[in-house]
Amino acid sequence: MAEQAVLRMTGIKKIFPGVVALDGVDFRLLPGEIHALMGENGAGKSTLIKVLTGVYGIDGGEIHLGDAPVLFTGPLQAQQAGISTVYQEVNLCPNLSVAENIFIGREPRRFGRIQWSEMRRRAHGLLARLDLDIDVSAQLDSFSLAIQQMVAIARAIDIQARVLILDEPTSSLDASEVDQLFAVMRRLRDDGVAILFVSHFLDQVYEIADRMTVLRNGGLIGEFRTAELPQMQLVAKMIGKELEALEKIEEQTKDVTVAERRTPILEARELGRTGAIAPFNLTIHQGEVVGLAGLLGSGRTELARLLFGADRPDHGELLVDGKAAAIKAPRDAMANGIAFSSENRRTEGIIGELTVRENIILALQAARGWTRPIPRRRQDELVDKYIKALQIRPADPERQVRDLSGGNQQKVLLARWLIVEPRLLIIDEPTRGIDVGAKAEIQRLVAQLADGGMAVLFVSAELEEVLRLSHKIEVLRDRRLVEELENGDDVDADRIMQTIASGATS
Amino acid sequence: MIDVTTPPAPQKNRPFLGGRRVYRPNAKHVPVLATLALLIVMYSIGVYNYDGFSDTQVLLNVFVDNAFLLVVAVGMTFVILTGGIDLSVGAVIALTTTVAATLLAAGWPAGVVLPLVLLIGTVLGLGMGAVIHFFKVEPFIATLAGMFLARGLSLLIDRNSIPITNDFWTQMAQKRFRFGEGIFISLNVVIALIVVLIAALVLAWNRFGRNVYAIGGNADSALLMGLPVGRTRIAVYTLSGFCASLGGVLYSFYTSSGYSLHGQGLELDAIAAVVIGGVLLTGGSGYVLGTVLGVLVLGLIQTIIAFQGDLNSWWTRIVVGVLLFAFIVLQRLVTRKAK
Repeated sequence: MAEQAVLRMTGIKKIFPGVVALDGVDFRLLPGEIHALMGENGAGKSTLIKVLTGVYGIDGGEIHLGDAPVLFTGPLQAQQAGISTVYQEVNLCPNLSVAENIFIGREPRRFGRIQWSEMRRRAHGLLARLDLDIDVSAQLDSFSLAIQQMVAIARAIDIQARVLILDEPTSSLDASEVDQLFAVMRRLRDDGVAILFVSHFLDQVYEIADRMTVLRNGGLIGEFRTAELPQMQLVAKMIGKELEALEKIEEQTKDVTVAERRTPILEARELGRTGAIAPFNLTIHQGEVVGLAGLLGSGRTELARLLFGADRPDHGELLVDGKAAAIKAPRDAMANGIAFSSENRRTEGIIGELTVRENIILALQAARGWTRPIPRRRQDELVDKYIKALQIRPADPERQVRDLSGGNQQKVLLARWLIVEPRLLIIDEPTRGIDVGAKAEIQRLVAQLADGGMAVLFVSAELEEVLRLSHKIEVLRDRRLVEELENGDDVDADRIMQTIASGATS
Repeated sequence: MIDVTTPPAPQKNRPFLGGRRVYRPNAKHVPVLATLALLIVMYSIGVYNYDGFSDTQVLLNVFVDNAFLLVVAVGMTFVILTGGIDLSVGAVIALTTTVAATLLAAGWPAGVVLPLVLLIGTVLGLGMGAVIHFFKVEPFIATLAGMFLARGLSLLIDRNSIPITNDFWTQMAQKRFRFGEGIFISLNVVIALIVVLIAALVLAWNRFGRNVYAIGGNADSALLMGLPVGRTRIAVYTLSGFCASLGGVLYSFYTSSGYSLHGQGLELDAIAAVVIGGVLLTGGSGYVLGTVLGVLVLGLIQTIIAFQGDLNSWWTRIVVGVLLFAFIVLQRLVTRKAK
């Protein structure tokens, strides 16, 4: 490429105690491009970003910004040099106004006095550049996550950013919000900003990125033009082996016939909760994978929480094994053999300070009651079994869970619920924010569990995944269950998208 | 062909409408307005039930009797806005008064003693702030240690009450600003109001003030946004230490004495005033004006109990306790609704 790179990293090496996190990685970023950084969890993406923004020092290699060699000692320095980062979690202050969030730390001042009206005017202008017309004096947390994300970007680009790093910016946005974000990214690219984009959603990367750099195990695999690298090849490069696994799953699940799953476990009759989800009917049979599809905020999680007793229904009834069951709290659901793995693995699931073993044992211990501790030998056996079965890495039961990658945390969470041997496992977004390899493993696991007779309610924003795994797909739209589809050859993503877009088709 | 990532999603209702604003009482203002309403109700009850309660001086005396608390509570407001707490302020008052009284009794000039005692609290605050920031100690623990330290020091200096007879001190204590027949405020009130004014301006118009709010909102974000989190946090405890020792000086004007048992439990009064004034204990939300109202509420309760005459003064505590509960619940409700 003839153009001069705005950022060049050569031979970057970063060593953590016992691990080489980055080993001779080269990376370059051209002005006016969107460049995706690809790789599985643990491949070194976040380390590379942290090295670039000065959060970590480097043990070898050079970073050039423009022509000058640079070495940042902190995010503030990087920002001042024109490298701004927007993180997955919105790192703003929810209690301050939009305008203030954009300008705090560099407010326009006169005689030391902050000029609020000037600040609001400039914030408005800046957001207009992103096609956003909102009340900039309103408090940040009165807006949706997507808007907050935009505000974070507005803050980043006002620091005269030459390089904008977007680390998983889309993971909590729904599809239309992602579109909005992409429009903003394209506009910035056209303005000459170099954008480094990290995402686990391959479709999104293919939609937006001009080029990509692939990392694996801390090493550089290569730099590619998006148009020249088919998706399957990219995945192969990321995980280092062909992805036959994914195709196998497909064969596995589809051959279970309707006849084999006739015993209903859970039945919801006109179950509903005002403001959360309209009354719905749903029957889940033994050995069945039921997929819940719908947009973010369409009531997927709300439905799942009702079935688990995490929220109280104010309408209808719930039957377990054909008998009315009083499921008033998660405890009751667990007593009936229902387990729920939450979508917020950080806040509602994993306890980071506890070890892998302690996290896995938690639900089983709770089910037995605290007066009957599980003997340590039994614990070790069980934990070892599930670490092996789920291929949790590192395979060290005494490691603190917060040291594990997202995918492995999710597996620990799954193990926690599998160990109590539920009859119905509700999993909400088990594959969000984790890499392709781990995704495939978790999907394979779900298929296996269903084969073994467990019923699974599978909630996911990714239609492909729902389609691949489910026997039956429940489509939600605007907090209403609009259609039930028996998964078969005639059902594909388009068909579901139509339902989501327009309501029931028949 | 419809792409999975770009569904033809129904247009959702987003707060995209900019420009014109429809008036809704800002959730942030609700606690302050509630305190104001409470204050008006209490005052009305007083006026309705007791003769002479409507005298202007009754209201002004609330200020006169609580000026030191107001100053301390202003410092506490900054601390609580960052999500911290300062338990040392009561003990710092004791230390300030004791040191001042001892030195003055030993013949030191007031011009030396005054800056010195102000420095004591400031330095102690700086120390606690540094410990909190550099060693990542919980503010509760660090300031608890500061409290024991200050109280212990003052007990070490003198266990008895020491009268202050210094001319300057006496003059300051007796200085009155009169507005008419029998209507006056003391110098303490003027000082306290100046402190309030400066604090309000700093919080609303100054970078330091806004950083305080940002840290209270989300300290991690504030750090990633490149704000001077450590510096601000240390400054806040230093400021609270200064306010506490200034409060101590006002207290020594007010009582003309230094005593190592002065200001016992005063830190809790200050915290109560701040919370009743609508400052969120978790930080990030609240106003100095609220704190002023909170102090007035505490003062008015005492006044009402004094007018009633046959009530034990401990009733003040009971009423304050009930109010605290009520306001914390109110804050919960308001913040939950905002979510």
